[in-house]
Amino acid sequence: MPTSRITARFDKVKAEKRAALVAYLMAGDPDLEASFASMQALRDNGADIIEIGAPFTDPMADGPSIQRAGLRALANHTKLIDVIGLVARFRETDQDTPVILMGYANPVHSLGYASFAEAAHAAGIDGTILVDLPPEEDAELRAEYARHDLSVIRLATPTTHEARMAKVADGASGFVYFVAVNGVTGAGSADPESIAGNVEMVRRVSGLPVCVGFGVKNGAQAAEMAKIADGVVVGSAFVEHAQSAHESGDYSKAPRGMGALAGELSAAIAAVVKA
Amino acid sequence: MDLRNTWDKWPDANGRFGEFGGRYVAETLMPLILDLEKEYRAAKLDPAFKAQIDDMWAHYVGRPSPLYFAERLTEHFGGAKIYFKRDELNHTGAHKINNCLGQVLLAMRMGKTRIIAETGAGQHGVATATICARFGLKCVVFMGETDVERQKPNVFRMRLLGAEIVPVSSGTGTLKDAMNEALRDWVTNVDDTFYCIGTAAGPHPYPEMVRDFQSIIGIEARQQILEREGRLPDAVMACIGGGSNAIGLFHPFIDDEGVRLIGVEAAGHGIETGEHAAALNGGKPGILHGNRTYLLQTDDGQIVDAHSISAGLDYPGIGPEHAFLRDTGRAEYLSCTDDEALAAFQLCTQLEGIIPALEPAHAIARLGDVLDTMDKDGLLIMNLCGRGDKDVFSVAKALGFEI
Ligand SMILES: Cc1ncc(COP(=O)(O)O)c(C=O)c1O
Repeated sequence: MPTSRITARFDKVKAEKRAALVAYLMAGDPDLEASFASMQALRDNGADIIEIGAPFTDPMADGPSIQRAGLRALANHTKLIDVIGLVARFRETDQDTPVILMGYANPVHSLGYASFAEAAHAAGIDGTILVDLPPEEDAELRAEYARHDLSVIRLATPTTHEARMAKVADGASGFVYFVAVNGVTGAGSADPESIAGNVEMVRRVSGLPVCVGFGVKNGAQAAEMAKIADGVVVGSAFVEHAQSAHESGDYSKAPRGMGALAGELSAAIAAVVKA
Repeated sequence: MDLRNTWDKWPDANGRFGEFGGRYVAETLMPLILDLEKEYRAAKLDPAFKAQIDDMWAHYVGRPSPLYFAERLTEHFGGAKIYFKRDELNHTGAHKINNCLGQVLLAMRMGKTRIIAETGAGQHGVATATICARFGLKCVVFMGETDVERQKPNVFRMRLLGAEIVPVSSGTGTLKDAMNEALRDWVTNVDDTFYCIGTAAGPHPYPEMVRDFQSIIGIEARQQILEREGRLPDAVMACIGGGSNAIGLFHPFIDDEGVRLIGVEAAGHGIETGEHAAALNGGKPGILHGNRTYLLQTDDGQIVDAHSISAGLDYPGIGPEHAFLRDTGRAEYLSCTDDEALAAFQLCTQLEGIIPALEPAHAIARLGDVLDTMDKDGLLIMNLCGRGDKDVFSVAKALGFEI
């Protein structure tokens, strides 16, 4: 069961008494080949879970870094099926690292929920985070996912109060992604102390591991987050290495830069010993 | 606002018009739109809220707007009688203020102090800035860079009214990009900010709320034509951007089976060229900006930029209730190219002494075709939803004049 890849990974991380590093990159930025090398570099340097971004023309919840990454990927004609293909290629040599597809609802809706679920499962994708598909709107998708053991990973935010969290948790699996700040990706960072209560509430209500993201850019911030979270998500900071690769024309900078950052982040996270 | 008909069952409890509509927003916004829905339900039932709107409509906006017999255009086409619902005579020059007033009063009831809005032609931005000036609220308007350029008079008006204009450079710098940026602002400023959406689209409850506020157009028109002609019209007609002026005119007539509902989308350079803004005539269902509706998109589900000479119609989607009206066959949707709209703009100006906005010029351009399908003694009401002052620069440019 592919879902167990996520569960197995959290079991492993827990046994090692640490939080997980969840790394985000945009597929096709600066190109698919570089994304493939970057996924491997992330994994080799301590990323426990990979979130692979599927580009969308209208990324309403993203800040400038990830917006630009998506536009670069689209300029390279990166389609949803290419993102699925990229994961299939990664799976040829890696059966253990969970890969989550992150994006917006329309490309998946356009392919068709049933066709998408089938293709995603065949490629070895473990679940998705579709930003604009809240629990109220994902019943149809969930029915397809249930047939293919794919996880619906839900988002919780500082505006998600406890009564609502029950709705968010219902049907969620894998883990819950807690968005630490009200805002777009890459914006300001949250003070871990101020959200510790929310994270605890999300964990209690959902019974799932909670990964916290938005605004984490370096080892020091990651270590602080690791104290309160089961996993730390880093996105824009990785994506910026794809941007410099694009700007310099030297695409090998993407896997090198991302690998180095993953090394720094995973070491900082591992230094925080969890009970 | 209090007209009841059988279509009031839409949207359903999930915010859906059949398979369209819904609430496709990021989790940060979910609690906010659920709260908004609750507050709107309460306001809708509150006589004091209605009285406040009615008073402002009468004394500030200038309602009811006249129903005018367009005699020379009628003669020109030689068919059924054409009436114009003159919403261009509203304060600020378009129907947009009907909706802004309702939403801003709701925002104040909710204790919000900062109003954000997206705008294309600038009419919704001007209307929002106007109401915010009147009530002393902070106003921030997101506007695509392309539109800032082609709608300069409105940009200046908004600044005079004290609004902050945020030019948006992402995408093609038009309405959809402005809406993305407004949503990004809203997820960032969840406590004090109210997002005043300018058309009958977006996540539930916006399509319903905007429709309700704009329905004053159809409610008045229905009463006025009964007084003037002693009977209902055979057709009502309006241009469609997101669809707010059209749904406002249509909704009070939906139960009147003999009344045809006709919307006109912007065909830009022609639907066959791919450069247009006709979501119903040239798009397919998808998910954008909080709702499931017809969208211009690629085979891979990427949104295609719209094109129209009219900034107010330059949007790749359409309100979900229109998607439903079309699929059920209750309403008909035609389209009109840039060139046809320009010709109609001049025709109306010359024959009626009314300079229409480029948006309703799209509906004027299809009058002849619609009249051809009607009896000579028929009656048609077209919503003249905006005046053309804002467009004189772009029309001059399109016609090759320097001003
Ligand atoms: C005069 C006028 N008419 C029509 C529209 C299109 O909007 P809707 O379809 O919501 O009425 C606009 C939008 O800016 C407008 O300014």
